[in-house]
Amino acid sequence: MKKLAVRIYMGLIFLFLYAPIIVLIIFSFNKSKSRGQWSGFTLDWYADLFKDRLITEALYYTIAIAILATVISTIVGTIAAIGIHYMRGFGKNMMLNINNIPVLNPDIVTGVALMTLFISAGMKLGFVTMLIAHVLFCIPYVILAVLPKLRQLNRHIAEAALDLGATPSYALRKIILPEIKQGIISGALMAFTMSIDDFVISFFTAGSEVSNLSIMIYSMARRGVKPTINALSTLMFLTVVILLFIINKKSGEGEELLL
Amino acid sequence: MEKEKYLIELRNLTKSFDGVKVVDSINLKIKENEFVTLLGPSGCGKTTTLRMIGGFEEPDEGEILFEGKLLNPVPPYKRNINTVFQRYALFPHMNVFENVAFGLRIKKLPKDEIVERVERMLKMMDLENFGKRHVDSLSGGQQQRVAIARALVNEPKVLLLDEPLGALDLKLRKEMQIELLDMQRRVGITFIYVTHDQEEALTMSDTVVVMNEGHIQQVGTPEDIYNEPTNRFVADFIGESNIIEAVMLEDKKVMFDNHVFDCVDTGFEPNEPVDVVIRPEDLKIVNNPEEGMIQGTVTSVVFKGVHYEMLVENEYREYMIHSTLMHPEGSQVGMNIQPFDIHVMKKEGYGS
Amino acid sequence: MRRMRLLAYPYSVWMAIFIVVPLILVLLYSFTEGDIRNLAALRFSTRSYERVLEPIYLKVIVNSFVLATISTLCCLVLGYPVAMIVSRANPKVRGMLLMFLIVPMWMNFLLRTYAWMSILSPNGFLNRLLELVGLPKLEIMPGKTAVLLGMIYNFLPFMILPIYTVLSKIDKQYLEAANDLGANKARTFFKIILPLSVPGVVSGITMVFLPAVSTFVISGLLGGGKTPLIGDLIEQQFMWEGNWHFGSSLSIILMVMILISMAIMSRIDRNGKQDENGRAKA
Repeated sequence: MKKLAVRIYMGLIFLFLYAPIIVLIIFSFNKSKSRGQWSGFTLDWYADLFKDRLITEALYYTIAIAILATVISTIVGTIAAIGIHYMRGFGKNMMLNINNIPVLNPDIVTGVALMTLFISAGMKLGFVTMLIAHVLFCIPYVILAVLPKLRQLNRHIAEAALDLGATPSYALRKIILPEIKQGIISGALMAFTMSIDDFVISFFTAGSEVSNLSIMIYSMARRGVKPTINALSTLMFLTVVILLFIINKKSGEGEELLL
Repeated sequence: MEKEKYLIELRNLTKSFDGVKVVDSINLKIKENEFVTLLGPSGCGKTTTLRMIGGFEEPDEGEILFEGKLLNPVPPYKRNINTVFQRYALFPHMNVFENVAFGLRIKKLPKDEIVERVERMLKMMDLENFGKRHVDSLSGGQQQRVAIARALVNEPKVLLLDEPLGALDLKLRKEMQIELLDMQRRVGITFIYVTHDQEEALTMSDTVVVMNEGHIQQVGTPEDIYNEPTNRFVADFIGESNIIEAVMLEDKKVMFDNHVFDCVDTGFEPNEPVDVVIRPEDLKIVNNPEEGMIQGTVTSVVFKGVHYEMLVENEYREYMIHSTLMHPEGSQVGMNIQPFDIHVMKKEGYGS
Repeated sequence: MRRMRLLAYPYSVWMAIFIVVPLILVLLYSFTEGDIRNLAALRFSTRSYERVLEPIYLKVIVNSFVLATISTLCCLVLGYPVAMIVSRANPKVRGMLLMFLIVPMWMNFLLRTYAWMSILSPNGFLNRLLELVGLPKLEIMPGKTAVLLGMIYNFLPFMILPIYTVLSKIDKQYLEAANDLGANKARTFFKIILPLSVPGVVSGITMVFLPAVSTFVISGLLGGGKTPLIGDLIEQQFMWEGNWHFGSSLSIILMVMILISMAIMSRIDRNGKQDENGRAKA
């Protein structure tokens, strides 16, 4: 009896979580443009997807920004994390607290604050400002992922390398980096997903000429969305799900990666 | 006076952390092939001293000389000194062979020489078939040997060992003590060893340096340190002992417990207050209690395997006695002390 | 190795420019008036804060706070049992359940919200369904109910996951000890599990409340402009009105609101811990 109640409850929760996704997928095959009306099966929207310049361009910006922001924030974040790790006392706390601001501050505040900075500094909003913004909110996640690995590191391991004749930069490359690799990878993954998924901060820093998928969807959702978006989201969703299953199967530490 | 050659000299070495002097202007000379142990409780500055010799901490003041040359400005990776770290600090992403080969690879030695030297070292350490093993899969004792091999393969002039046996269990620790000592004799290099275990220090060293609160308390052979502690701290730290406040009436006469004892110490002022050390095994229980120099009542008896540890109380204090004969709790006993078993020490801060 | 700290210096410069300076700018604009493009000509003024106190704006702020609070509570009530069920499931099922809870989050947040538009709109999926069954139409979108639903939908996983993490780490021995000492299930729950899960609940609440109180997407799409939140006001001021002074004041007020609620939450967290200790001693 209790078991049944638990099953029904979980069933309802999952129905709630998946209903909109299922609806999106179903309507990506709907002939009619109307959102509520089913009028027959079609694959037209998938075909249109790749012809639509607006969508392909937004897709391009989304991916380009995500890749660039990931690479830059992973490198900068890792270096900064190592530096912070070796700091002490007040300076270290200060760095960590400021680093946490973009994580804890509401996105909208981060977004408008950056926007005022860019405009006050006379920069034109566009690709570069959006990239800076993405790097800005990605770095803290990289640092937060790398720092625990550094803390786990045997305090003497870098000293052992120096002791055996390694220069500091050799010790950094051959000993410290390989040891914190896991943290760097999960930081990079986090940065990538944060960047791909971001809307609010992009919205305030991208200006009117550049838009990523989120911005495009937002402006379309207000005016009425083309069913091509349904097709695109179905494809994106399937890609993510397939990737997740592969990662889960392969590493067994999918849980850790996802969280 | 003959001028001896020293391998390492520490002169007025001082180091503070957050305003606290951890090492306070210490001076020490270490000879070639010597097994020197820095002994003291945690926080006494022994590890910091070792780390300054290794180059991991910069001294605030003072000099470190190595073969007569100033070592201070030389970075750790250019010092001909290697270290065995607390908990070994093996590189977890490398196998045993690569760990040992690390220093040689940096020196860019030819491949076959690296292989040859690493394998010779692994053989010496009884690790012949472990080259491909992951370091995490090794036992504590094996990791310990890898750490030593990794340091020794570079043929350093000095090996620094920072509590290398601290993480091992008692039995393994005893075995490794003998192995280390044997190894030091064979390779013939200077060992500077840090430990808080007085037994370990006494067993292994040529010279023991007892440290407390950043100061060197005493430097000497294990026998010196045990038999002739210079002050209360050393006496207390080296093995269990009875430390008694007494008065030196004149040379070779010391009074405590309202009894005047003959002793062998000289050079005190008349009626100078002193500390007296008597080791528990040096208090001999006599057959007839009345014949003892001191009398007392047994208050506790614990069997320690080889001997009984008894506490005997009189009106002044409690004595700890080690004896192979058991006297039951509550019994009256008398004890004698031989003059040469009474060790008189100057009070700290009294006289020179 | 101490010299490694030098590696942090470039990032500290970066943080100063892109984190600290922008916030200072926002603070500056919030307390001034005048031409935003000419920093030198700005004059001190509290007018934009005074404007926040006007009834229409005050109502918006109260509205944001109330809606965020309600949605946080709903998430807690809905999510706690889920976290509990997942944490008790056997390991294989647990992995699957967790994965199914997380997968929807990997779909673009705007798309999911947009999907709710298709479901809830007057001619949407839900109403067609109701029509088919012969029930009356629901008119919740655009409106508060739809906004609330969107918030709960989007942020529910943020409540479930931290609670789950804490629950799954509770040592089973506590529960066994409680049973051993004669506590029944309800007692074990209220006296052991619930107090021990306080840290998870606190971080869950923070993780839901924070985005809920500052959102403008959900209210923009599902509320149809009928129930503007503080986020919508800020967006409006910066993107359409160009009144940075008022927008900045609103941003500062939003930050202060969040800081206060976080301080309260961390106090609760700390009290919870003390309570635990006290109980352990007794």
